[in-house]
Amino acid sequence: MPKQSSGRRKFLQTAGAASVGLAFPYIRTSYAAGSLSVAFWDHWVPGANSALTEVCQQWAKRERVDIKIDYINTQGNKLQLAGTTEAQAKAGHDVLAFVAWDPLEKASSLEPLDDVVASLEKQYGKIVPAMEYLGKKNGHWIALPSPTGTQVKPPCARLSVWKQAAGIDFQAMYPAGQKPTAEADNWTWDALLKAAPKVQQAGHPIGLGLGQTTDSIDWVGALFHSFGADLVDAKGNILVKSNPAVTQVLEYMQQLVKHMPPDVFAWDDASNNKYLISGQGSMIMNPPSAWSVAKRDNPKVAEDCWTFSMPKGPKGRFIPYLPIILGLWKFSKNKSAAKSLLHELWQRDNVEKYDIASNGYDIPSFQSMRDFKIWSEVSPPKGTVYHYPPRDDQTTWVSGAPAPANVANQMYVQSIMTKMIAKCTQGGETIPKTLDWAASEIEGYART
Amino acid sequence: MAIALPGQRAARRGGLRRLARRKSTVAFLLALPLILLIASLVVYPALFSLHLATLNKSMEHFVGLGNFEFLFKRELFWMVVKQSCIFAITAVIFKAFTGFVLAHFVHNIPTKKQRKWRGMLLIPWVIPPAMSTLAWFWLFDPSYSAFNWILRAVHIGDVNWLGEPNWARASVILVNVWYGAPFFLIMYLAALKSVPEQLYEAAAIDGANWWQKIWYVTLPMMRNIISITVLFSLIVTFANFDIVRILTAGGPIDQTHIFATWAFKLGIEGNDIPLGASVSLFMFPILGVAAWFILRDISQRGNEA
Repeated sequence: MPKQSSGRRKFLQTAGAASVGLAFPYIRTSYAAGSLSVAFWDHWVPGANSALTEVCQQWAKRERVDIKIDYINTQGNKLQLAGTTEAQAKAGHDVLAFVAWDPLEKASSLEPLDDVVASLEKQYGKIVPAMEYLGKKNGHWIALPSPTGTQVKPPCARLSVWKQAAGIDFQAMYPAGQKPTAEADNWTWDALLKAAPKVQQAGHPIGLGLGQTTDSIDWVGALFHSFGADLVDAKGNILVKSNPAVTQVLEYMQQLVKHMPPDVFAWDDASNNKYLISGQGSMIMNPPSAWSVAKRDNPKVAEDCWTFSMPKGPKGRFIPYLPIILGLWKFSKNKSAAKSLLHELWQRDNVEKYDIASNGYDIPSFQSMRDFKIWSEVSPPKGTVYHYPPRDDQTTWVSGAPAPANVANQMYVQSIMTKMIAKCTQGGETIPKTLDWAASEIEGYART
Repeated sequence: MAIALPGQRAARRGGLRRLARRKSTVAFLLALPLILLIASLVVYPALFSLHLATLNKSMEHFVGLGNFEFLFKRELFWMVVKQSCIFAITAVIFKAFTGFVLAHFVHNIPTKKQRKWRGMLLIPWVIPPAMSTLAWFWLFDPSYSAFNWILRAVHIGDVNWLGEPNWARASVILVNVWYGAPFFLIMYLAALKSVPEQLYEAAAIDGANWWQKIWYVTLPMMRNIISITVLFSLIVTFANFDIVRILTAGGPIDQTHIFATWAFKLGIEGNDIPLGASVSLFMFPILGVAAWFILRDISQRGNEA
């Protein structure tokens, strides 16, 4: 009988400890031969895919599995189209990357991964609640967060502009390699509103997208929730008109948009990056991709950038979280190997490799893995993205939560929150009319 | 067990030979690959989308016309119907007009130089629309529009091309006209070349001016080709996806969504394939009615002739 690999044995032992008496059906006593086809999200950072490929190939060699890896990007919804067609055809990859909401919509076609998650949680602690919201259905994990591609979207600001125009020193508030200072407690949405006209007068307005793409939808979702302005509760009750916080947040945005470029309503996910990189803008909310490109295209801007926590609202500090998720199809013919690979992908050493390769872009969904050195090391300026991974008082938040998945998905896809803001600002509608419209729209999202 | 006698076998062979010799059989056999191709790529997907449109969101239960009933109650659906009609009708009118003017322009150029102009004017039509629309997107870019750069140079303020609903609608129509006008140009040019010169000479003898020549000679002679091109373009424009998707993705505030982009939003992005299929199928009766009227008109004129 072929000798079982040490990696597999280690996993078996850990898993065995995690659930006493529970047999792991995917751990064969002999090696997991056969083939496995996997499609990951195609990382935009050059070289980031190769770290993942290397980990997969090492695992495949050890486990004697013939692995085939594809990288699919999200341009033109390619990843979503792949998920839809494979679910329809019941054929394709064994493991596929999904964008945020899709695993829940395709839960009946996905293999439960409770055993993999139990083993990983035993090793690394709980997966963040925002991921639990997207990856769990009827008490079962139907998907895992992807260790690559998962991102948060905190503010990235120009240090010099904010210091000179608004008297706010983000570097002092959020020092590299250290916890935020007491001053960070004053970093609130109100503080942002007070500072916005000052940086605008200095010729560098803030630029927070209000279009229909993920960057816009994500930060607006975090804003709404930090005001307590949930449009739908976890039971599916529509709160748009009964929750006074919704009116408050719209009133807030009616003030804030006056200090942003008028074209923010047409921004896509590239617009805010370009806005910061060009030197025009003084703050965006985005993963460090804008800073990373600025390093190449406009180094002076990059040297002046600092990433830090989201502003705090009346209900807390929430950071937009957008995971890429890995699911295992029920039609897969090699589920045991697939589960073993998923477990391997999340081993801490491997996750650190991906993060080094992506310059710290990928956010691990285990809190215990948010202490990699890479976030203190990258520069310029040194430690600029140290506060990119959410720690301390920040909670990761999925735009649309806590609504039931089918409703929240539609709220997200239809970008209801950014449209509400657009209606009562650029569109000239009153807030009550905007609320009526939103309530009627959301009623339609609840269809099953 | 029945055994074929030699005489019967010979008769059957003769029958097959006769069948193979018939022109209609040969024509059918030659067309069979195409028929199979159309059946698999057009008929099957069309029937499948009809089937999908009758299912619930999770595609587990038959709901009959429930999806359409749901859509008819949505304000946004009727906005999309209105916008699709505005988009398609306006774009086709401008395309037809532009194509007509350009066809006359090219027709009146000396024959030697015509080829050069024809080639240049066809460029928008031969570039893949997704690629050319990306170039337009950069021209309209919300923050760094080349058009706004020119407007600023002549001291006219910025235009929010893709962020303000009316400008966004005008922008997507403009790009569609730019892309589609060469089709009308080439069709109308061919039609113009087939109008007998004697008719113009006779009209000139009768004292007709240029407008009267167009109104009483050119237009009546081109009526059928105009009807066919308008019908064809109406179908293609109603089903447009790439231009709107790339330029505005339906925004701002859904004000530029048309059937195809909204169907994609609901079906693919929103994981509601049956509802997306229902939206795209809604185009079918609209275009069917338009096609029936236009083809009836052409057929009547054919009978009159």
